[in-house]
Amino acid sequence: MTRFLHFIDSLSTWVGKAFAWLILVLTLGISYEVFVRYVLRAPTTWAFDFSYINYGALFLMAGAYTLSRNGHVRGDVVYRLWKPRTQASMDLVLWIIFFLPAVAAWIYAGTPYALQSIGFREVSIFSPAGVPVFPLKTLIPVAGFFLLIQGIAEIVRCILCIRQGYWPQRLHDVEETESILLQEKHTSARAEASR
Amino acid sequence: MTDPQVGMLMLGLFIFIIMLGFPIAFTLIAMGVGFGYYAYYTPGQDIVQNRVFTLLVQKTFEVASNDVLVAVPLFLFMGYLVERSNILDRLFHSLQLSMKNVPGALAVATLVTCAMFATATGIVGAVVTLMGLLAFPAMLKAGYDVKLSAGVVCAGGCLGILIPPSILLIVYAATAGVSAVKLYAAAFLPGFLLTALYIAYVIIRAMINPKLAPKLPKEQTDIPFSQVLWALATSFLPLALLIVSVLGAILFGLATPSEAAGIGALGSIVLAAAYGALNFTMLRDSVYLTARATAMVCYLFIGSWTFSSVFAYLGGQSVVEQFFLGLNLSTTGFLVLTQVIIFLLGWPLEWTEIIIIFVPIFLPLLDDFKVDPIFFGILVALNTQTAFNTPPVAMAAFYLKGVAPPWVKLTDIFSGALPFVFMVFATMILVYIFPGIALWLPDYLYTAR
Repeated sequence: MTRFLHFIDSLSTWVGKAFAWLILVLTLGISYEVFVRYVLRAPTTWAFDFSYINYGALFLMAGAYTLSRNGHVRGDVVYRLWKPRTQASMDLVLWIIFFLPAVAAWIYAGTPYALQSIGFREVSIFSPAGVPVFPLKTLIPVAGFFLLIQGIAEIVRCILCIRQGYWPQRLHDVEETESILLQEKHTSARAEASR
Repeated sequence: MTDPQVGMLMLGLFIFIIMLGFPIAFTLIAMGVGFGYYAYYTPGQDIVQNRVFTLLVQKTFEVASNDVLVAVPLFLFMGYLVERSNILDRLFHSLQLSMKNVPGALAVATLVTCAMFATATGIVGAVVTLMGLLAFPAMLKAGYDVKLSAGVVCAGGCLGILIPPSILLIVYAATAGVSAVKLYAAAFLPGFLLTALYIAYVIIRAMINPKLAPKLPKEQTDIPFSQVLWALATSFLPLALLIVSVLGAILFGLATPSEAAGIGALGSIVLAAAYGALNFTMLRDSVYLTARATAMVCYLFIGSWTFSSVFAYLGGQSVVEQFFLGLNLSTTGFLVLTQVIIFLLGWPLEWTEIIIIFVPIFLPLLDDFKVDPIFFGILVALNTQTAFNTPPVAMAAFYLKGVAPPWVKLTDIFSGALPFVFMVFATMILVYIFPGIALWLPDYLYTAR
């Protein structure tokens, strides 16, 4: 079970991180547009579509990765006071009755939407450049699929927690500066206390 | 049950589920789909044919193709890069040297450092913890009052969500459908006013009671003027240039906010390279953190837009509207009531959820009460500053407590931050009495004469 969990976590992480690099593409593309517009006086015809397509693909495909890091914000005022077992039991129910149907609906609705768009090789209506927009629409059900399997992984995580009484360790990954600093301070204070 | 009653049930159930701590974005999507299925159900229809599915996928694509929200990942990326560019120590040090003759020099330098750094990074937690490790011990060592020192770090760290180019304002612009450019112009003076109030407060307290903020020993401040200038030129100037060029490009209409954010992100890569901080690890970390934070914000948008469409379709929105109109409030009463609600929501929720989920409920009412949505946005942006510093949640205070020496008490941090919270309220009142503080600049810049 732990192996299955880690496999899905790594898969979502890998996909999310691969798409995360689009931020660099986005930065460079936009800077290029501003450069040619002001320096060469020759704006591109594709920059507008280019920017939202990169942004859209970036966040859609990072959804499952964010889920695997517990990065989707929770209203945790009460939640964080509970024992891990209580948290996991409550989560387990809600993953099954809320998350799975919602994401299933997303895939169910997104698939024909994407297929139709692929069918006529849809291009953007915002510019004459004819930037294809069907890849972005295709990513909607694809992102839904990754969310769905990550959701199943979260269910497994809850079951493991209910069995063990504590949350299984997540894979190592980069954290926000404040989390790292607070963690360091906490560890050094403990080391000091035990000396 | 009538449809509007179902709508109210939807809202009540949603608030209940949030309190159970389930990820909010997916709670919204699930409830939007569930209640939407009921709302759009036509008897005799095939059970898998329902307009709610079309609605969900349309809203998803609307978020994914929103040209205002493109700025969100770019500003986040810029923030994560600046945070990792080793600029903070130099900035604080040079500002501290240049302000040695000002009463409360260290505290004023802390405020200015916080304001600038927070403006460039936009992440409250990072600014408070980093300054909590850098400026806070420096102030304590110099014999500064604990409460005053804690207050300036906590209050200064939150300025980044107000002073443009802030992400909060982009998110509000996307939610309310107002111009992000005008909103930036409107936030400019209130942001400065609040910072100036903070600085004035510190200077006045230091003048009344010099024991709160003793002068630094001579050997620490006796540095040739040319050296101070050089320190400023290599730390203050580049960061100021980055912020001013991003903001200037937006305000003077040279670039859209997302274009300016793109240039800002490129600029911060250059900045990090100039400080010798650019390497693969820091770039990679910034890229991954950007993706996670963007996904968090944008999935909330998908959820909220789906949810609120269904909520409005059921007639829940008009029940809320009738309720507020039935209270017979004056415009002032309405503003006070909504701001109090937003202030209270700051206890269980963060600004992202407040703005993406709850502000849309008030937005249609603004028209009834003749309130400019830009003006309302500035009040909200000011208001969210307080949530970080008001117990029991006070995120900023807890961040500082987490990195402070063990003998610093949480209650000291709370009471130190309190005067700054009052200054935020004072600024809100000033902006209310003189709306020009917010609305003059956008009018001046964008009204054809």
